Amino acid sequence: MDIESLIENVLNALTAGVTIGCIYGLMCIGLGLIFGIMKVVNFAQGELLMLGMFASLYLVTGGGILAFLGPNVGPFVGAILAGPIVFAVGALIHKFLISRVSGLKTAGSIDDGHFGQLIVTLGISLILQNGGMIVFGSTPFTVRTPLSSSAIEVAVGYGDATVFLNKAKLIACAIAIASALALYMVMEFTRIGKALRAAADNPTAATYMGIDVDKYYRMAFGMGCGITAIAGGLMATYLSFGPFVGFDYVIIMYSGVVLGGIGSIMGAFWGGLTVGFVQQFSALLLPPQLQNAMIFIVFLLIVLLRPQGLFGRSAERA
Amino acid sequence: MRNGTAEKLRRDLTILVVLSAVYATGSWFVTNSYYQLILTLVPIWAAFGVSWNILSGYGGQLSFGHASFFGIGGYTMTLALVYWNLTPWLGIPLGMIVGGVAAVVIGMPTFRLRGHYFALSMLAYPLAILYFLQYFGFQEMSLPMHRENPGAYLEFADPRYYTLVAVGLLAMAVLTCIFVENSRFGLALLAVRQNELAAEAAGIDSKTWKMRALVVSGMLAAAAGGLYACVQLVVTPDSVFGMLVSAQPVVLTLFGGVASLWGPVIGAAFLVPLSKGLDATVGSYLPGIQGVVYGAAVIAIILVAPDGLYWTLRDKFNKRPTPKPIPVASKPDHLVKSSATAGKTLMKVEGLSKNFGGLRAVSDVSFEIAEGEILGIIGPNGAGKTTLFNLLNGVLPPSSGTATLGGVSMIGKKVHQVCHMGVGRTFQVVRSFPRLPLIDNVMVGAYGAGVTDQEAADAAIHALHRTGLADLAGVEAGNLTNKQLRLMELARALAGRPRLLLLDETLAGLGREECDDILDVLKRLRDEGMTIGIIEHTMHAMLRIADRFVVLDHGAVLASGPPREVVENRTVIEAYLGKKFLAAQKNA
Repeated sequence: MDIESLIENVLNALTAGVTIGCIYGLMCIGLGLIFGIMKVVNFAQGELLMLGMFASLYLVTGGGILAFLGPNVGPFVGAILAGPIVFAVGALIHKFLISRVSGLKTAGSIDDGHFGQLIVTLGISLILQNGGMIVFGSTPFTVRTPLSSSAIEVAVGYGDATVFLNKAKLIACAIAIASALALYMVMEFTRIGKALRAAADNPTAATYMGIDVDKYYRMAFGMGCGITAIAGGLMATYLSFGPFVGFDYVIIMYSGVVLGGIGSIMGAFWGGLTVGFVQQFSALLLPPQLQNAMIFIVFLLIVLLRPQGLFGRSAERA
Repeated sequence: MRNGTAEKLRRDLTILVVLSAVYATGSWFVTNSYYQLILTLVPIWAAFGVSWNILSGYGGQLSFGHASFFGIGGYTMTLALVYWNLTPWLGIPLGMIVGGVAAVVIGMPTFRLRGHYFALSMLAYPLAILYFLQYFGFQEMSLPMHRENPGAYLEFADPRYYTLVAVGLLAMAVLTCIFVENSRFGLALLAVRQNELAAEAAGIDSKTWKMRALVVSGMLAAAAGGLYACVQLVVTPDSVFGMLVSAQPVVLTLFGGVASLWGPVIGAAFLVPLSKGLDATVGSYLPGIQGVVYGAAVIAIILVAPDGLYWTLRDKFNKRPTPKPIPVASKPDHLVKSSATAGKTLMKVEGLSKNFGGLRAVSDVSFEIAEGEILGIIGPNGAGKTTLFNLLNGVLPPSSGTATLGGVSMIGKKVHQVCHMGVGRTFQVVRSFPRLPLIDNVMVGAYGAGVTDQEAADAAIHALHRTGLADLAGVEAGNLTNKQLRLMELARALAGRPRLLLLDETLAGLGREECDDILDVLKRLRDEGMTIGIIEHTMHAMLRIADRFVVLDHGAVLASGPPREVVENRTVIEAYLGKKFLAAQKNA
């Protein structure tokens, strides 16, 4: 490989890593929020990503109510609106199922209810996957936008080396960063954010301070679902998907969250970004089958070298 | 053999024999090959569940990636058959060995992680292996047929034979689990699951036990995977290393009852036929509906029985018999205070310091404990009392300074090693094993001392007598009062036959009379020759039992000496007691 194409490949992997990584980052924040605040291992998170994709699909294509926005704007508005829709789904799932095996109900019990949560979320995941197959069918879908097949070409200044910036991914990346920042503002500077953090820190004590922990857990669960759904809607613009798409991404999400450090919500964003980077860079060096293996190897290496994750803190009291 | 488990052991063995015989006989009359396949798969998945249960149920080390071992068993057997023409009768044991080695290789780095980090990291191994197998071209491997001698190659034309082998596999797994449950292995794992630090302080080498559990678990899982591949006649990376394979033992065991012998078996007996049955019935009309029904069924049952079917049913139907007091099996030893050693220095602490970043939590602390005395270590919250104990029993390494017990250094040793030197410790927060009887809770501490099972049982009973709990030996710890739990912790520490007891706020959260009871026990222990260091911040109680005080403030020793002297020390009064205390003392 000559230097010119090497530079071109590396720079393109870099930009693809950043754009896809930011979307992964947003996706991971959703899970990190649920994991960090409620300590619930939600195995159905991939299916909520899938619901986000389908919500956007039904809003935008065919006779969807956003069809009038056209293929350039519609898919992105659809992705953002998938957030509130899946928020509602998540809040309902919490109200009827998750709340029975988490929160104050199980705080202080032998395994803090983790075993029950595992089974319930695995069950939800099965229902949503298979229910999705019944309702949506299993042919692959995509939310088409002409932007995903056009790119901004940037000359690097070294021979003919050019960086291609896919327009759809660029916009998706911008929306992902904006959403992550918005969530950060909410968590840091609002009453809701403060209550959520208090409920995460010590649910029992938060109750004594007059915080309705159950309500805030429901909000956290809904928000976590909604944020992952926005990422799903964004991914739908460049990816073909079906009811079982969540399977591949739930693992990426967990890798990102653990890398970022459990409990650190913004850490999850950096974790997701790392995963996106590793994925894109391994595409330069490795055959396609090993790209995914690479994610897990890097994941294991980082976690084993830094057991508390990149941004987590380790705190244990005797 | 643990004390008092003989009855349960006999019952479990009987159930195993009867169940295997009935199942094997019953399956012989099933001629439909699809039903026979289900009958074969139930014991295989149950055995996989049992293997997971040993590590994750009893040991509490949640693994989301047990497909690693299942798949290694399956692939080892298949590759050995394809390339070396090795019969599965030997290929499956070979797979178990490879599985055991893989457990060590995976466990060594991964046990550095705890909790969710461990659970999720385990998930990464089978997935990484899966992609490598795909890359190296092992996507789909069929087992070569040996029609001339099918039995020798575990290839039966009559599927009923597979069921018999599968029952044998499950029996092996259940026997292993019975052995674990009834030995110090199981008790050590349960202790680690409850609280790793407390287990270490009771003398249990948690790293070693966790590794043993992973190896045993990995070998059993590999055996299940090997037989599964034989039955299926073809292996793909997804069918043995996939996410769903990793999820299977988790679901079966949690559904049936975690950390119970029969839990995984119950789970498999319900769920495997359910899922296969749904596949064959409603699934053929509307693809996908079987997954929805299965998911809903699993959720429904876990909401009704959050701990799994076994525990819920047991709690409902099995009223436990009233506990009988256990007679002392051995004569209490050296209860008389030996005047020869009394007064000699037992523990000597010199210049001990600990920095957390810029914070000096313990600063240049020096003191001694003499044989047979009660030393009260007092000070306001945040004075560094618990940190001091953590330095002494190896939880934290000190920044500088020395501490010796009987002339031997305590520094640089691991927690369980310090325990073996003869230091028993209790913690601020009581950690009990709620489902185990009191005697087993105490025996955890006795096993730490590394004695034989009979000696451990004797030591536990002896410790119960010394703390006045002997009448409650058979009561599950979940039914004890706060005071009884405190005494239980004391008994657990005593069961390790320590030379020195370090007690961390043993009186916390107790009422006046309850405090008195515990103080009486402590006084009696001291009179029997025990040496005790006790942390407290309630001065009143300490004045009644302590022979000497060490007062800590901001990490440093403020004063030390006999109670009266310390209480009247001006700096102590200002820093901690307040002037009212002195006034009250004078009026009294």
